[in-house]
Amino acid sequence: MQTGEMVKEMSVEELTKLYRQMVLIRRFEEKTNEMYHAGHIGGYCHLYIGEEAVAVGALNALQPSDYVIGAYRDHGHAIVKGCEPKHVMAELFGKATGVSKGKGGSMHMFNREKRFLGGDGIVAGELPIAVGLAYSIEYRGGDEVVLCFFGDGAVNEGGFHEALNLASLWNLPVIFLCENNLWGMGTPVSKASCSIELTERASCYCMRLGKVDGMDVLAVLDTTRRAVKYCRNTRKPTFIEAVTQRFVGHSVSDPQIYRSKDEVAKARQRDPIETLKNLLIAEGIRRPDELESIDEDAQREVDDAVEFAMQSPFPDADELCSDVMDTEYFSAETK
Amino acid sequence: MPTLTYAKALNQALIEEMERDDSVFVCGEEVAKWGGSFTVTMGLLDRFGEKRVRDTPISEEGIVGLGIGAAMAGLKPVVEIMTVNFIMLAMDQIVNHMAKLRYMSGGQVTVPLVIRTPGGGGLQMGSQHSQSLESMFVHVPGLVVMAPSNPYDAKGMLKTAIRDNNPVLFIEHESIYNTKSEVPEDEYFVPIGKADVKRQGDDITIIGHLKMVNVALEAAKRLESEYGISAEVIDPRTLAPLDTQTLVQSVKKTGKAVIVQECWPHCSVGTDMAYTIMSEAFDYLDAPVKVISSANCPFPYSRQLEQMALPNVGTVIDAVKQMLGK
Repeated sequence: MQTGEMVKEMSVEELTKLYRQMVLIRRFEEKTNEMYHAGHIGGYCHLYIGEEAVAVGALNALQPSDYVIGAYRDHGHAIVKGCEPKHVMAELFGKATGVSKGKGGSMHMFNREKRFLGGDGIVAGELPIAVGLAYSIEYRGGDEVVLCFFGDGAVNEGGFHEALNLASLWNLPVIFLCENNLWGMGTPVSKASCSIELTERASCYCMRLGKVDGMDVLAVLDTTRRAVKYCRNTRKPTFIEAVTQRFVGHSVSDPQIYRSKDEVAKARQRDPIETLKNLLIAEGIRRPDELESIDEDAQREVDDAVEFAMQSPFPDADELCSDVMDTEYFSAETK
Repeated sequence: MPTLTYAKALNQALIEEMERDDSVFVCGEEVAKWGGSFTVTMGLLDRFGEKRVRDTPISEEGIVGLGIGAAMAGLKPVVEIMTVNFIMLAMDQIVNHMAKLRYMSGGQVTVPLVIRTPGGGGLQMGSQHSQSLESMFVHVPGLVVMAPSNPYDAKGMLKTAIRDNNPVLFIEHESIYNTKSEVPEDEYFVPIGKADVKRQGDDITIIGHLKMVNVALEAAKRLESEYGISAEVIDPRTLAPLDTQTLVQSVKKTGKAVIVQECWPHCSVGTDMAYTIMSEAFDYLDAPVKVISSANCPFPYSRQLEQMALPNVGTVIDAVKQMLGK
């Protein structure tokens, strides 16, 4: 379905939700950057600024019982899949009230109950695991699907290939969604892949392929909905390449010497949030002042999240070695 | 009481656990139609069907990852890696995911996955197929590492591993699959983290795991009959968490310890045990703990050279005699 048609088909509430989620992620990530440089957040921190349309569009195509797993640029996915921003910010601050009790950090956001299974700091590490989640669904005869996010860098890891082969060989319902933001850290796709057409990476794995403009949230929603429907009905995997742009560095400490300021400025000309905003105004679905009000509300939510994180305690010392194992090992007495 | 081989004992454990709990499934290379390259999964396909007994492609990283995902979602996979030598291909999934998902998620996620894999040498399989790599897993927090030395322990330990909530590396040994021992017909379990005194003695403690338990027992027999030395033989059974208490208790009695392992000498299970004993029972020791390891080289193919690389009954006897000044 074309974006123009989608706007007419979708309700005001649905469209507003997409807009708000993208704005919330944007404000959240901007604040995260600020907090990082103020010394409250440490280690690795990869921001999703510019890429919001992919997580928001794709995740809104799912049912709550579908599983989601992704890579380390995961704050946006975590929020849309159901982690509260205040608990995500608290995790970034390393506080006990974080989604992972402060023990995971930026790359390891989890919400088991909402079926958001991370967050993974190892490129392509999540793909074989996604296949296992799908295996469990088929084993139990469910109708859920698994949405697995990864970047353009992952398509050259061995695990990517093993996972796609297994999913296709065994008919496992995984939607493999490649967020191609054109750069693997400082390496452009053209210097990493013998083919820059990333759908070709998946074309030998006997699965349906799709490619979508990742800067258009409605296009991403539409493409993912079709992929989800196909996957849910046929129980076969599928691959989507979403071409997007990150407006910032690979991580908060990346000076981006590998690309020019002009290139970044050019990328920023197609802001997914502005694109949707202009469309909603042009179609008379929302007034500018309404959207501004949503922006302010999102900013407030982010500011509250920071306040919550600031006020929260750090984990106790006995958290250091807890959750490593289940130390109540199985014993015959308790069988 | 029936006598079973090590392979058959493991096979029985799998049958019993799969019958009891339909969330237990088996996958690996040649486990279904072939019945397992060491016969451990023989007959499972006919009994339980294709959904629960799956032949996989040669994709160790993929199948371990699959096992992790399935376990996270509530199933109880028993993944076979044909030999421990091939597990290197899955190290990222094991070390960076299996061992850490519980911790990194603040306890939200559990991975009740069992990876079964045999190691060991002595069968002229060459450098890449003869290794004992259990030390690598004992080093990483978040993994239970079990290593049964005989059929009785094998069955009881595998049943426990499958029932347990933790990720388990279940290390077997290729050249003991045909060894036999009595195995009770009634259900029994061998707990995690509990060593077993395989032979009581007073003069010296010999600690060994997997195939080296048999080597140690044989050495103990000859030490008694030929030299009048009474050796206590301990099999740790679980390498992580280690039953330090049993080892230390024995050393407090005997005052001397020899550890025999197929691992290489550096950063190994045996050298680590030696450190543990020395730091916890120093005042009771009459001599430094001796660790007998495989030679510090890749395992050669040629038969006699390979035998020189591995510890044997003779080397254990010599080490004990030397320590006792005989």
